[in-house]
Amino acid sequence: MHLIELNQLVKIYKNDEVETPVLHGLTFSIDKGEFVAIMGPSGSGKSTLLHVIGFLDEYTSGSYRFEDQEANTYTGDDTAHIRNKKLGFVFQSFNLLPHATVFENVQLPLLYSDIPESEWEKRTRESIEKVGLSHRTDFDVTRLSGGEKQRVAIARALVCSPDVIFADEPTGNLDSKSGGSVMQTLQDLNEKHGHTIILITHETYTAEHAKRIIRIKDGLVESDTEVSQRRHTDGGILMK
Amino acid sequence: MRFKYSLKTAFKGLEQNRARSFLTILGIVIGVTSIILVMSLGQGAQNLILDQVKGLGSRTIIVGAGREPTGPSDAGQIFSDSLKQKDYDLLQRRENTPSVKMIMPIVFGSASAAYQSETYSLTIFGASPLFGNIFDLSLKSGTFFTEEDIRANSKYVIIGNKVREQLFGADDAVGQTIRMKGYNFRVIGVLAEQGQSAFNFDEAAIIPYTTAQNYVLGIKYFNRFVAEATTDALVDSAADEIKLTLRESHNITDTTKDDFFVITQVTLASSLSAITSVLTIFLAAVAAISLVVGGIGIMNIMLVSVTERTKEIGLRKALGATYRNILTQFLLEAVMLTGIGGITGILLGAALSWGISTAIRSFSTIAWTFSFPVSAAILGLVVSGAIGLIFGLYPARTAARKSPIDALRYE
Repeated sequence: MHLIELNQLVKIYKNDEVETPVLHGLTFSIDKGEFVAIMGPSGSGKSTLLHVIGFLDEYTSGSYRFEDQEANTYTGDDTAHIRNKKLGFVFQSFNLLPHATVFENVQLPLLYSDIPESEWEKRTRESIEKVGLSHRTDFDVTRLSGGEKQRVAIARALVCSPDVIFADEPTGNLDSKSGGSVMQTLQDLNEKHGHTIILITHETYTAEHAKRIIRIKDGLVESDTEVSQRRHTDGGILMK
Repeated sequence: MRFKYSLKTAFKGLEQNRARSFLTILGIVIGVTSIILVMSLGQGAQNLILDQVKGLGSRTIIVGAGREPTGPSDAGQIFSDSLKQKDYDLLQRRENTPSVKMIMPIVFGSASAAYQSETYSLTIFGASPLFGNIFDLSLKSGTFFTEEDIRANSKYVIIGNKVREQLFGADDAVGQTIRMKGYNFRVIGVLAEQGQSAFNFDEAAIIPYTTAQNYVLGIKYFNRFVAEATTDALVDSAADEIKLTLRESHNITDTTKDDFFVITQVTLASSLSAITSVLTIFLAAVAAISLVVGGIGIMNIMLVSVTERTKEIGLRKALGATYRNILTQFLLEAVMLTGIGGITGILLGAALSWGISTAIRSFSTIAWTFSFPVSAAILGLVVSGAIGLIFGLYPARTAARKSPIDALRYE
């Protein structure tokens, strides 16, 4: 059983009777524990793909099975619970709650979960620890640097112990040094803690932190390759 | 989501726009304040009136000349001379009015009284010796006049305590002579202080009704008869006996054409409280209009807030918030807004009403008491909460229906 299994997945946007096909029939699968980068130029449909497999958007035809169940059989509340329990999101623009502390931001998904309240504080602190921001726990997020903000977002994605973490251009708004540390964090989560990570990016050097790269062009899979020589970030400098 | 955190989230949402939240709830505050104020003052007025009516005595029956005014067009004054000596004679007969223990006629008018260089404006009551008995008045000094004084048209007067204070100061009044309407009256008694009551006897002079009719007022009729029923239970039958006797005497067959009216404590209290209740309800309804306007203001601001926070809504949904979670969050914000407005309004309304009561007491002789109906406070809270729910529902549904991805993309 694959964690994620796509078969001829098609997504067509309909806007005022104008149909815009974005995904033309994608077929691939991702297993537990993988670190996959989905690459493509802008307009290739990679963000749409992430939204569909992240249960944020619906697909038009084809099949998307998550944990062996067809995704469009879930109701609205089911998808909310899946997003909460099984998926974690890291966005390009961080999407943190302003006027709130690191702790409050990381705790946010727990408010919507069925995890008992007694575990909330422990889980929140553990998540912050995993991304190395324990010393910033009670800081207001507006006081953090871009890289730190993105690591808060990663901690938030981790807090409900999801099966998959989706990262949509996580380094897009960061300078190369903080971008590097964010990628390092994601890599650690995959290697040391066994989290499945799906990364969306248009930069090759970012994609090469992953173990596998799926290239998408014009809504179709262009290539699907293992990364022979992975990049690691050491002290903010990209190394091969 | 846990309720505690929902409350916290809603509160944070409001706190981030403190000035706007404050301005938004002003409408609700003003609406609830006016409702509370009107209801509290209405209750105060009612209490005041009922207190005065109680001063009438539970067995007392008042018969007035003319028709009881039922509306502005009603020319009640036409029959103002309808109560005559003949009626008094008939009413005094036990076979006509077996339930009546005693009855006396009253005439009244205003006059100014003079003693040496002091003058004082007062009300003259022409009454019978039963006066003190029926109105439960006691004398501070001196005596009442007698039946003999009635027959003799004696120029004797019993004065109220305030009249004594104004005319005589610390001097003894009994035995002195005061001048009213060109006649000299000997003061034979001073009433004990009454305080606030149905009639202001503190500022009155009481003389034999014959003297009042023949010398002071120059009239041949009575303004009122005041009767006392033998027991509390017989008040209604006594009133009926009086009505029958008077109709007989005046040859009235159609009860709607009565040229007199009969009031008991019960009928007076119920007709007066009906008037104040109608007024209170009317004014509260006017005040309630501002609550609706306030509610529309809440809806407007909530819609702005939902649009502004589209991205936040998208984020919350992406992190697992359900339709219900988002709906609850925004409904709670609206209810919290109106709830805070409602509580503020209740406190403000009570404070204003208290201030007005205090002002009335200190700047006038009216014995107004502050009263704060709990029902008004509960009503204020329930109504403001309901306004939050009703006017918050549409914005909250708008928020909860947003698709997470559209909301996240919103810039």
